Amino acid sequence: MSTGFSMIRSRSVVLPIENIDTDQIIPARFLTTTHREGLGRNLFQDWRYNDGGEPRPDFILNHPASEGCEVLVAGRNFGCGSSREHAPWALLDHGFRAVISTEIADIFHSNALRNGLLALVVEDDVHEWLMARPGAEVTIDLEECRLRAGDGVDTDFHIEPFARYCLLNGIDPLGYLLSRTPDIECYEARSS
Amino acid sequence: MSRTTNDSPTTLLEKIWRQHVVVPETGDTPAVLYIDLHLVHEVTSPQAFSVLRRRGVAVRRPDRTLATVDHSIPTAPERWLQGQPIMEGQAALQVETLGHNCSEFGIPLLGIDSEHRGIVHVIGPEQGATQPGMTIVCGDSHTTTHGAFGALAFGIGTTEVGHVLATQCLLQRRPRSLAVNVEGHLGHGVTAKDLALAVIDQLGVGGGTGYVIEYRGPAIRAMSMDERMTLCNMSIEAGARAGMVGPDDTTFEYLAGRPMAPRGEAWDRAVNHWRGLRSDADAEFDREVSIDAGELEPHITWGTDPGMVTTINGNIVSDSGDRHRGALAYMDLEHGREIAGRKVDMVFIGSCTNSRLSDLRLAAAILRDRRVAPGVRAVVVPGSQRVKREAEAEGLDRVFIDAGAEWHESGCSLCIAMNGDLAAPGHYVVSTSNRNFEGRQGSGARTLLASPLTAAACAVAGVVADPRPLLERARRIA
Repeated sequence: MSTGFSMIRSRSVVLPIENIDTDQIIPARFLTTTHREGLGRNLFQDWRYNDGGEPRPDFILNHPASEGCEVLVAGRNFGCGSSREHAPWALLDHGFRAVISTEIADIFHSNALRNGLLALVVEDDVHEWLMARPGAEVTIDLEECRLRAGDGVDTDFHIEPFARYCLLNGIDPLGYLLSRTPDIECYEARSS
Repeated sequence: MSRTTNDSPTTLLEKIWRQHVVVPETGDTPAVLYIDLHLVHEVTSPQAFSVLRRRGVAVRRPDRTLATVDHSIPTAPERWLQGQPIMEGQAALQVETLGHNCSEFGIPLLGIDSEHRGIVHVIGPEQGATQPGMTIVCGDSHTTTHGAFGALAFGIGTTEVGHVLATQCLLQRRPRSLAVNVEGHLGHGVTAKDLALAVIDQLGVGGGTGYVIEYRGPAIRAMSMDERMTLCNMSIEAGARAGMVGPDDTTFEYLAGRPMAPRGEAWDRAVNHWRGLRSDADAEFDREVSIDAGELEPHITWGTDPGMVTTINGNIVSDSGDRHRGALAYMDLEHGREIAGRKVDMVFIGSCTNSRLSDLRLAAAILRDRRVAPGVRAVVVPGSQRVKREAEAEGLDRVFIDAGAEWHESGCSLCIAMNGDLAAPGHYVVSTSNRNFEGRQGSGARTLLASPLTAAACAVAGVVADPRPLLERARRIA
């Protein structure tokens, strides 16, 4: 969990593909780990490397321009499929801090926010603008809930308020849940 | 469990939700939602236990937690010959880690030596742990399976696995409700899997995002629990958070006498409560769609997500977008061509979608007194050790072996391909599992999702084939 961050400013990487599933983000054969670190090297493994493990020159993450980019813009319904949290772990480990799409799958969305990876759903026109301009300078202001990009995008975004509060203040939701223990005890007494 | 008292008609989702709210949702904070049953497996739990250990937190309700090993366990019989499966280092460590974690935190584990072991979504219902009205979670997206019992059941990530271990609760916003009304009845040779694929075809792979589906209507009422589980299992493939079916006598008959189901007076009280768990007649859903079961044909996918689907005698219909073009290239298939008659290299019958006894019986109905076509490798993997024993008791293993198919130990096997069971690059695999994503069954492997009937028919024909003519012949011989 990143503590108390509020602003991301970075060039974008665009993956103009719909329904990118978590098996593409991190294939199952890398899930035998018992740790969450180090998954970035296998991010998009089968798109990024050929069978011999050599980088595929046509894949966007292998372009020099993608180096250091923290914002990923992807096609509709990003992160569908498996619930593996290894997907946001891999994206974060690679260096991404935000994913932008018109639709983000439920479980991935929740996993991303719990790990400090901003998952932003934007309107079609904003998305089209970003998709058409790989490498655009994107600013995400979490304090103001404002997304800016180049001279073409300046818009509000919605993020689940509690997730935003936790991210801005570096609060761990587990701490919050544990603080509700008296309520949980009450519920258990009532239900048994 | 407190009963809901409310005058306005409510959905099943709403009833279960209200019964589990510990702290209500506000604009600023999600609801604290109580979880009745937490299923745990080896792949998505180690990092959650690490968090507990680091924070010095115990597991709040080990009695509401049940663990098993399924994803990385080899199923091939030769790997079990010495009584212990051969696993590569990291997978073995992961399985061992779950064992340590369960013993340290007091969690019941149906481990590698247990006769009750199996795929987590097969054994929950099989043991009677899955019950109507429950909230059920697991670090696995196919937790939707358990919704077949009228439970609110959904997949979570590892951080949330930690939340449930520590507090038995989750922070959740209430999902929206989507009614899928299934009119009519499924025709001969058309199964719950075909219905599931037709629903995904209609909704799209992201169409259910943010919703919990309730499957309703005469076709659903007529279904067995196994069929309802197949249908609910695939809800996530339409993007839905969960899928559910209101409980009825079929549900209660299935559960009666299961090891973890209530007994005696507690059973009577439970059934009485469960009978109230249905959407009221006038309950409003956020969205409704309808589908006519009577018009359905067997379905099979041609592409790289479950929404790229056609009927068994239909054509591959793609659009000109990048996604479909990429899928056709990966699958080496052409737009407009028939899917029937395409070469098949491998057939997989198994997974949490279609590995229960009735699924194996369907496959056996096709394979009995027939042979798997030369050059085709057919692999049958029961969903649990209990399913395996029951299948063997009625001779299904002999049917498969005599036909030239492999008969394995239970596990996730080729559905996730992280356990040694793998398809070769470029090979076409007709699979009863739930995902045809690129590389899902092995790098470069090409998956076609279908029912156990269709998969078995493809094994016999050596090409993509309609199971119904083979079923007709089986019926005439019987």
